[in-house]
Amino acid sequence: MTNKQKFFYFIYLHRTGLTVTGLSLALLLFPVFENNPYTLGLTNLIAINAIIVLGLNLFIGYAGQISLGHAAFFGLGAYGSAIATVTYEIPPWPAMLLVASIVALVALLIGIPILRLSGHYLAMATLGLNFVVHTVLLQWDEVTGGPSGFSGIPYLSFGNFQFDDEVRLHYLLWGFTLVSLLLCLNLVRSGVGRGLSALAGDEVAAEALGVNTRNAKIKIFVLSAVFASVAGSLFAHCYSFVSPDSFGIFTSTDLVIMVVIGGMGSIWGSIFGAALITLLPEWMDIFETYKDFVHGGILVLVLMFLPQGLVTGLVEMVKIKLALRRQKDAAA
Amino acid sequence: MLQLDQVSKNFGGLPALSDVSFTVPKGKLTALIGPNGAGKSTLINCITGVMKPSSGNIQFQQQKIENLLAYKISRLGISRTFQNLKTFPRLTVLDNVLTGLTSEAGNSMLLAMLRLPDLRHRERQLKLRALESLDRFGLADKANWPAGVLAYGDKKRVELARATVGKPQLILLDEPVAGLNAEETAAVGEQLRLLRRTGHTMLLVEHDMDLVMEIADQVVVLDSGKSIATGTPDEVRRNPLVLEAYLGRMDATA
Ligand SMILES: Nc1ncnc2c1ncn2[C@@H]1O[C@H](COP(=O)(O)OP(=O)(O)OP(=O)(O)O)[C@@H](O)[C@H]1O
Ligand SMILES: [Mg+2]
Repeated sequence: MTNKQKFFYFIYLHRTGLTVTGLSLALLLFPVFENNPYTLGLTNLIAINAIIVLGLNLFIGYAGQISLGHAAFFGLGAYGSAIATVTYEIPPWPAMLLVASIVALVALLIGIPILRLSGHYLAMATLGLNFVVHTVLLQWDEVTGGPSGFSGIPYLSFGNFQFDDEVRLHYLLWGFTLVSLLLCLNLVRSGVGRGLSALAGDEVAAEALGVNTRNAKIKIFVLSAVFASVAGSLFAHCYSFVSPDSFGIFTSTDLVIMVVIGGMGSIWGSIFGAALITLLPEWMDIFETYKDFVHGGILVLVLMFLPQGLVTGLVEMVKIKLALRRQKDAAA
Repeated sequence: MLQLDQVSKNFGGLPALSDVSFTVPKGKLTALIGPNGAGKSTLINCITGVMKPSSGNIQFQQQKIENLLAYKISRLGISRTFQNLKTFPRLTVLDNVLTGLTSEAGNSMLLAMLRLPDLRHRERQLKLRALESLDRFGLADKANWPAGVLAYGDKKRVELARATVGKPQLILLDEPVAGLNAEETAAVGEQLRLLRRTGHTMLLVEHDMDLVMEIADQVVVLDSGKSIATGTPDEVRRNPLVLEAYLGRMDATA
């Protein structure tokens, strides 16, 4: 190998690590160049959404299932942390952990029966779950504050260091997102992850390869619920205020749209999808009112032309083109 | 090694298998032949837990397996290929083969997410084994291609590599050379011979009689769900029942 080839081979071999390092550096420096609180507020929201989308993409893209109800877990995490820290005065960090464990348990208890379903039925069941949670958040005034929301949630802090402005929150939230990203990247590059992609490809084949498909689906469902719950806790501590509006079924569908934009089973695409859909209403003022309409349109178009999702679909198209060309070259 | 005892399977009352009994001896290649619709694939599906037999017993290494779930049977060391290809088109060729090592890669999700050094080490070893296996099947140069773009013959070989890479105790092959040209058939035949020489136990479903007669230690003939003959290739070739099952049908179509 020439030095140039060696260099490219090194890059190729360590592509994941290098990209993560690059992204971390960019995020580390971002507030130095961009200190407009409004912009940081937006990128912080991207970080929160990205955490949920990462988990949801494991469930949709790797386990091959569908959920139209992940805003429910997001909401449970947010309200859980709000209630635990304000009503029960549990310190925020342990509260976050406690809430995540409870949400995991809830997801497990719900997942065991509903993951017997698949396709449209699973979509309906998860949608129903979201409906129930949303209604409880709205109606159970004494505990949740009802439609007017829940305020006075404390900021997260380390000792006297409080995560109370956009720059500090930037580091906190993106720190969490990067850790989630790493966990997901590790997972999909392991035997467990390959078992999951086998499951998404063909359940019978996956079973024949030793994948406990039923268990795998439940585990990923619980994992994605925990991600959503942690994102919810962060959301609550970040804004000090939560209201049921943030956790309705349109949030759930937006999350699915983010997955679809990023592409089924694409970890990096998840971040891109979260960013694009979070920013879209900002870029197109006129569409603000028609947000759900635009999002729905995007969803339909992507699924019609690139069923694997936008980014993954395009990347795969290029990969296939390249492979086919090489095949032709080899034949010639 | 594998013992079938009066295995039957009905599909909505219609029998696809009736009272099939035979043994697959360790270290031998057993061929399962029979006309289209005889129930060969159904039998493989019953052994691997894809479907449950309606009645009868299946024993693998002294263990009853007819009620086990498919993934458990796979983890006991039974691997298989599918008649109608089940490769994963979106995964690379290498990842396809690596899925054949799923059981060995560990199944703790938490450990996978932490990716501690010993897991990295194991992953590297698994990758080497998968590459080795691809090399054996002449696919090493396509390791990073998405499996979906491969030609049919290559996909068949990816499935074979996936089924054999985990060093299973028993390999069930459902028509591994169907649809391959003469050259590819010869290459796969060579691999099967190699596997047999290295002591693998195999159950081979195949219509290619030349291959079966040459390679099998034992032949089981299935016709309309019943096993009508069992023996060495020579015995089976001369068995009048078998001749009738095959030739009788040929007469009818001729
Ligand atoms: N899932 C199923 N539901 C209903 N009938 C089935 C099913 N699978 C197979 N059969 C029937 O069982 C019989 C045996 O089918 P099987 O696929 O086992 O045959 P085969 O010996 O593998 O044939 P071939 O050589 O064509 O692969 C056929 O009559 C088929 O129609
Ligand atoms: Mg068949």
